[in-house]
Amino acid sequence: MAITYTSGEQVEVYRFSLPATILIPLAAIFLQAWLPLRFPILKIFDLPLLVVIGFATARRNPLAGLFTGGLIGILQDALTHQPIGLYGISKTVVGFGASSLGIKVDVENPGARFLLTILFYVVHEIVFFIIARGLVGLRMEWSWPHEIGSGVANAVLGIAVYALLDRVKQRT
Amino acid sequence: MDVLGRYRNLIVLVTVLFAQVLGLAVQVKRTSDSEPTRLIRVWAVGAVTPFEEGLHWLQTSTSGIWHNYLYLRGVRAENRDLKQQLQQMRLEQVRVSQDAEQAHRLQALLEFKEQFISQTMAAQVIGWSGSEQSRSIYIDKGAREGIKPDMAVITKDGIVGKVLQVFGSNPLERSVSQVLLINDQTSGVGAILDQARLQGILRGTPSGDVVLEKVMSDETVPVGETVLTSGGDGIFPKGLPVGKVTKVSAGSELFLNIRVRPAANLNRLEEVLVVTKIDERQAEPEQAGPMRAVDILAERLPTVPPKQDASTPGADKTTAGGAGAVTPNAAVPNVGAASGGAASPGVPITGTPQAAVPGGGVASGTVPSAATAVVKKASASAPSSAASGIGSTAAAATTRPATAVTKPATKPVQSTVTPKPQPASQDTPQ
Repeated sequence: MAITYTSGEQVEVYRFSLPATILIPLAAIFLQAWLPLRFPILKIFDLPLLVVIGFATARRNPLAGLFTGGLIGILQDALTHQPIGLYGISKTVVGFGASSLGIKVDVENPGARFLLTILFYVVHEIVFFIIARGLVGLRMEWSWPHEIGSGVANAVLGIAVYALLDRVKQRT
Repeated sequence: MDVLGRYRNLIVLVTVLFAQVLGLAVQVKRTSDSEPTRLIRVWAVGAVTPFEEGLHWLQTSTSGIWHNYLYLRGVRAENRDLKQQLQQMRLEQVRVSQDAEQAHRLQALLEFKEQFISQTMAAQVIGWSGSEQSRSIYIDKGAREGIKPDMAVITKDGIVGKVLQVFGSNPLERSVSQVLLINDQTSGVGAILDQARLQGILRGTPSGDVVLEKVMSDETVPVGETVLTSGGDGIFPKGLPVGKVTKVSAGSELFLNIRVRPAANLNRLEEVLVVTKIDERQAEPEQAGPMRAVDILAERLPTVPPKQDASTPGADKTTAGGAGAVTPNAAVPNVGAASGGAASPGVPITGTPQAAVPGGGVASGTVPSAATAVVKKASASAPSSAASGIGSTAAAATTRPATAVTKPATKPVQSTVTPKPQPASQDTPQ
């Protein structure tokens, strides 16, 4: 069993099987593109982001986290008509940050996961806002209540998503 | 080397971010409509759309079985209501077709070029972009079905958007298309306010609303007014419903900020129509012979009821050739026929309009123009000829244009005139 040591505490590192690594992000992107057609209220959720956070905190490897985030983000970009890289950059940052933080703090309990998801949702939105407005020139609107509300909604869903990911993750 | 090892993760992060920013900058610089679709998009669409299509098929199948075979409650009552509605619509259609015919003739007079949708293709909505910053959908028709970029996409309620990217030109690709919705911030549609006739540009906002821009702030735009396509964008044909004005406020730079609620429900799109062919042709009058605006307006004047006197030849409804239940244009000859007695009722008359009037009995003048000529001359001066003609027996068969305008000169005839508020559709035999 591979163990990472931080501040004297033992933190377990997990991995995911290859089918899970490929199919779970694809399923998240597919559901993100399909469910809101039938239930428009679900547009506030960002399932690929939850998967990125879930993978990153379980693997606790910053490099794996940033690459997973980058790839999932680029795939998400590919379905939009915007330039490819907006979600790629945002999710790269989130993947790196989540896995780095996963080393430092315990992210196994639902409370920590809840707060972590709100934090990274807001970080994701800030990075996206800066890139979209500054580099691509999109008109963007920022509303703290909306972002916090969406963050909370995503965090609630995130607890369920992470619980599902816990079932498929494997100890290294 | 120690430093590199220590900050390895950070260096990789910066490198990956830098590469992506660089790629983004290149795309922003190169963005153009003619740019081919990127391979990553083809892969992503190819990976996701088969599942979307499969799920969509499953959903429509189960929904179809339920609604078509199991859940038939209230169908009988609905059928009865629809039949009643159909009857009402048929009556309405008669009235509307008359108006349309008239508008068509006016368009022809003004040499309008009319645009109309001549071919559409129904498509199922199978997916969404997955991002609130990119309001676009995917439909299950693509290059193999003849879909091309910039084709208009509509529903029965109103416009939806335009085709942005088409996949399927390669046999290995899925034949699907991406449609940019009108509430996306990068979309733009030429629009016009139905009553105010003010033109503007319809744009989406980052929050997904639709606003009409470039309408001057000194104009008055009432809430609830209908917005239509203006045809100025070269994508949507003119006159398609866009939505209704919900809020008007002062915008920036002397323009109004007009919020519009789209007529089509963009959040619940299931089936759309792609406009695959738009024809443009010169409006042509459906009626033979020259027509002028005054002739068309004359049709709306009051008419004369048919005379039941059997002694007058040609006075019965079927053989009058314009007497009684006749079209106004056909009735005009009877003025001439009655006054001069040279032409028998029902015989078409040709010639110059001017010649028809002074004599009153001279069988001449093209039918429509003769009506105009009679209107002009009779009301101006020719009381003798007019009176002689219209005062005779057959004057009872005088028609709307002539009798209505020659009121001062022909009092006896006036008594036989029965004004009708909207006679055109009822008097004209079809």
